[in-house]
Amino acid sequence: MRITKHPILPVETGEEITFFFNGKLFKARRGEVISSALFANGIAVFGHHSKDKSPQGIFCANGQCSQCSVIADGLPVKSCVTAVNEGMRVESLEKLPSLPELENLPAAGEVNVVKPDVFIVGAGPAGMMAAIELGKLGAKVLLVDDKHRPGGKLVLQTHKFFGSSADCYAGMRGIGIASELEKEIGNIPSVETWLNSVAIGVFSDKKAGVLKGKEYVLVEPKTVLVAAGARERSLVFPGNTLPGVYGAGAFQTLVNRDLVKPSRRLFIIGGGNVGLIAGYHALQAGIEVVGLIEVLPQVGGYKVHADKLQRLGVPIYCSHAVIGVEGNGKAESITIAEVTDNFKPKPGTEKTFAVDTVLVAVGLNPIDELYRQAVSFGMKAFVAGDAEEIAEASAAIFSGKITGLKIAASLGLNCGAINPQWEEKMKVLKAKPGKISNQCVTTHVTPAQAGVQPADNLDSRFRGNDGGEQLHKSAGRKANVRPIFHCFQEIPCDPCVSACPKHSIRLTEDQLTALPRFEGECTGCAKCVATCPGLAITLVDYRKDKDNPLVTIAFEIGNDLLAPGQEVTIVSATGETLGQFPVAAIRDFKINRTLLVSLKIPAALAPQVAGIRLQGNGVRSSFVTCPGQVTNEDLTPLPQMTNEDLTPSQNIVCRCERVTAEKIKEAVKSGVTDFNQLKAITRAGMGACGGRTCEPLILGMYKSEGIPLNKTTLSTLRPFVMEVPLGQFANIKKGLGIGD
Amino acid sequence: MKNFDVIVIGAGSTGVPCAMFLAEAKLKTLVIDLMPSVGQGQNKTAIGGIRATHSDGSKIKTCLESITIFRDWRRLEGDDIGWQEGGYTFPAYREGDETLLKNTLAVQKKFGLDIDWIDSAAVRKIVPGINPENLRGATYSPHDGNASPLLAINAFFRKSVKLGAAYRFNEKVVQILIENGSIKGVKTNKDTYQAPFVVNAAGAGAAQIGAMAGVNLPVVCDSHEGGITEPVEKFFAPMVVDMRPGKSSKNIYFYQNDEGQIVFCLTPEPIIIGTDRRSTSLFLPLIAERMIALIPRLANIKVRRVWRGLYPMTPDGFPIVDAAGQPKGFIIAAGFCGQGFMLGPGVGKLVQKLVTGSLSQDDRQTLEGFRLRRQFAGMEVFK
Repeated sequence: MRITKHPILPVETGEEITFFFNGKLFKARRGEVISSALFANGIAVFGHHSKDKSPQGIFCANGQCSQCSVIADGLPVKSCVTAVNEGMRVESLEKLPSLPELENLPAAGEVNVVKPDVFIVGAGPAGMMAAIELGKLGAKVLLVDDKHRPGGKLVLQTHKFFGSSADCYAGMRGIGIASELEKEIGNIPSVETWLNSVAIGVFSDKKAGVLKGKEYVLVEPKTVLVAAGARERSLVFPGNTLPGVYGAGAFQTLVNRDLVKPSRRLFIIGGGNVGLIAGYHALQAGIEVVGLIEVLPQVGGYKVHADKLQRLGVPIYCSHAVIGVEGNGKAESITIAEVTDNFKPKPGTEKTFAVDTVLVAVGLNPIDELYRQAVSFGMKAFVAGDAEEIAEASAAIFSGKITGLKIAASLGLNCGAINPQWEEKMKVLKAKPGKISNQCVTTHVTPAQAGVQPADNLDSRFRGNDGGEQLHKSAGRKANVRPIFHCFQEIPCDPCVSACPKHSIRLTEDQLTALPRFEGECTGCAKCVATCPGLAITLVDYRKDKDNPLVTIAFEIGNDLLAPGQEVTIVSATGETLGQFPVAAIRDFKINRTLLVSLKIPAALAPQVAGIRLQGNGVRSSFVTCPGQVTNEDLTPLPQMTNEDLTPSQNIVCRCERVTAEKIKEAVKSGVTDFNQLKAITRAGMGACGGRTCEPLILGMYKSEGIPLNKTTLSTLRPFVMEVPLGQFANIKKGLGIGD
Repeated sequence: MKNFDVIVIGAGSTGVPCAMFLAEAKLKTLVIDLMPSVGQGQNKTAIGGIRATHSDGSKIKTCLESITIFRDWRRLEGDDIGWQEGGYTFPAYREGDETLLKNTLAVQKKFGLDIDWIDSAAVRKIVPGINPENLRGATYSPHDGNASPLLAINAFFRKSVKLGAAYRFNEKVVQILIENGSIKGVKTNKDTYQAPFVVNAAGAGAAQIGAMAGVNLPVVCDSHEGGITEPVEKFFAPMVVDMRPGKSSKNIYFYQNDEGQIVFCLTPEPIIIGTDRRSTSLFLPLIAERMIALIPRLANIKVRRVWRGLYPMTPDGFPIVDAAGQPKGFIIAAGFCGQGFMLGPGVGKLVQKLVTGSLSQDDRQTLEGFRLRRQFAGMEVFK
């Protein structure tokens, strides 16, 4: 299925082409990757593993693993990074691929060497910022990225960014920031950008190998900066490699880059920002989010993200773990259970939900292999952004900026001293979410609880962070209008401050992480409501009717879901039902692609109102009759399923070589502490992804077996970061790969 | 428990099979290695070819013994070590190569090797897609083969432990203890161990260990780069050795292992002396051009990983397997010139007999070719 309308992203239909999958004709969009074309046609199973016949689908959708491999025009390719062509014959990979014979002897070409001052790997926020700083100082920069457009993961982010408006584009959506940076780089002549180009490895002779499209080029830079971002972590549980179980980032690629709707009902594992945002993106794409689990007692991501989901009717289950994903050949249901303080499942607490997709959002690991290898080869190397340390994109922007200047200084360019405050700011941006005021912690709110909570039982913590009581008093004195901040957690964020034309919104002592406060005049313009990245500001306007003020709420899920007069379920900041009220007015705040929805609410309730429920007796179930939309029933667990069908062989650690957790444990227990020996014995880490997916899992298993990491030996780093056809190294022009 | 019958220095392609056969002979055996586990020296950089098709009797006989051990391992011991009886083929595109190969056939056959000359059509049958232009034919020895060095060494390791061998990893030998001209043991950075026999199976470090015992070993390392591809459906069985010189290279050789991956290696010209094991940017463009010229369809196979390993070379290309005589009890099993993996098990048996004093007449003849005190004047025909 394709996304035909999206509240934020422009839907361009593009040129339609046709291709074959297993002999059947399907439609695709020119330029899209094979995996997205398959998902658009409802195909999620791409083949079966040659070792154990297990069904295979996507996992990373980012060229990092190889689970999505298919045969395209006779050759095995990663479907997530290979564009579909008119008439292409795609086949599922059912056994080891055979190498087609070549008629003619291809002629080899020379390998060119280029020598930039700075070689930047990755045109995401960090790499682009560094390129801009260096380029402005006149350094000869070569910026490479494996995707067809710069921006990295910014191009997948439809939500407004947190951080600092002054320094890192806070308040803008990720996609917008990517375009800004792209424009800026385009204006700097000394920065050369190679897209669709992969840095595959560095060598001891201080050169890096780059696949520039189909040409193999060696880059011999004065300095290398690795800003390659991060890859998603895997998680071990029964059914963890079933098609339909994949990374939250992969999902964002499908829905936000390729506008493909890969799911009708999904579940999310992991309550960090990636998982929370993926849930929000799913709702924007018209996909039901059946639930989200977090193994810790509290979500790790920003509270405003969790609150947004809960307001829209997504249950968040904290202190819950996945027991397994079940299904015949693909994911059909997920079973979760509550965990004890030691993260062991509590018997009898299992719940099973029917879903077609399970997103794994259990954290990210830096893609820093090229950096570590460059350092080991004595190259002058730097690392920035997520490749250095996993943090928000806003921190990556800063990290790129600072690192760019550090490189400039190391090249002897006249860039002046780096502002010492910048490091300080970056630290703030990298900081974990801070304390939550009023003990308003997001824990385990089930739809049942949320649904039965009587509105008049809500306490003051649901009335804005600077106190509903005060507001009531002032409202009683004279007609008034003012913002209410449903913003309870210290995070680095300030777009509301600059949004207010009257400068009436301030952060305590101008600290970026402080909670916003309202002091002074309010014109009721609602710019703060439309700007807040957390959708955590409402406007309460008593001017026309002080007993039934007009409450304005930001809504960015769908432009056609609401209409004036429509009765909607109003909820508190954390999603508790406050009642049913009709929509009074809708204003399209076009600059931010945000709808401002106003409702007349009794004065006693007005300050508590923070959102409109979408799922589970919300907008979609009550008013939208589109088939496949979620109903309250869909959010309710199925009768508990047994796990009898789940054999341990489904508990996969190494996806490429199909190595189970049991086999790794056995080796670890037998005394193997050298990762290289573990690889030799089990083949874990010997597959196409080079151990990048399973190595962190195995390190975790060592830890849980009580073996400290300093007693283990890590595997040897070797080129390459991805598999490359042999002919590319000889720069063969004809007969190589697909599309010739 | 610091007293042993024999101490093996080096837990690699040679040391581990030595330990296995020494333990089998009920000798209390200790293996010491400075790396954290078995096979972390050159073993894991070996591509896994196992052939008896050498140019002299000593290597042929030792490798025939090795092949028996590799071939029968799964049947006798149960572990899969990836053995495949795929054979070796040396295709000839030049008259000189044809002559050289044919001349060697007589020696090889004399030692009982099943090897023969096959014509161009037969070569194309066993290596489908091989470039037919100027292909004159090839030697083909169907009973040679290949195995996984990683799986094999771990299987030998497990067996040796089962037979009672002890291992000390992450330990560096700092001194060979000698009293009155006889070996007394070994001192490491962590401990001291007593034994009347020390086996120098230290691979790339053999010359340094030799020096500790006052034995000068003419072993110098040079380096070769190798790589491995993704697995594809099997389409050729033998190890293919292209003897022709090419750009910055002598021969290249590659085969398809039991996983379906093609494992490949190149001999650089001029040789690169030293112990640098880090990959270079030169290797892949060189070997890619040559492999594709030989089998064009290889252009589309994806390379997964590359590495660089060391060949501990002797001047004549033959190893040294000998009792030093002085000091007494110092046994040398070193200088395998890049063939330690294929020679290892056969050498392990010889070392067992050297230590237990049970060499047969035939074994003595084999060891003649591997003596420490030889001229090193000859030259292995194809290394």
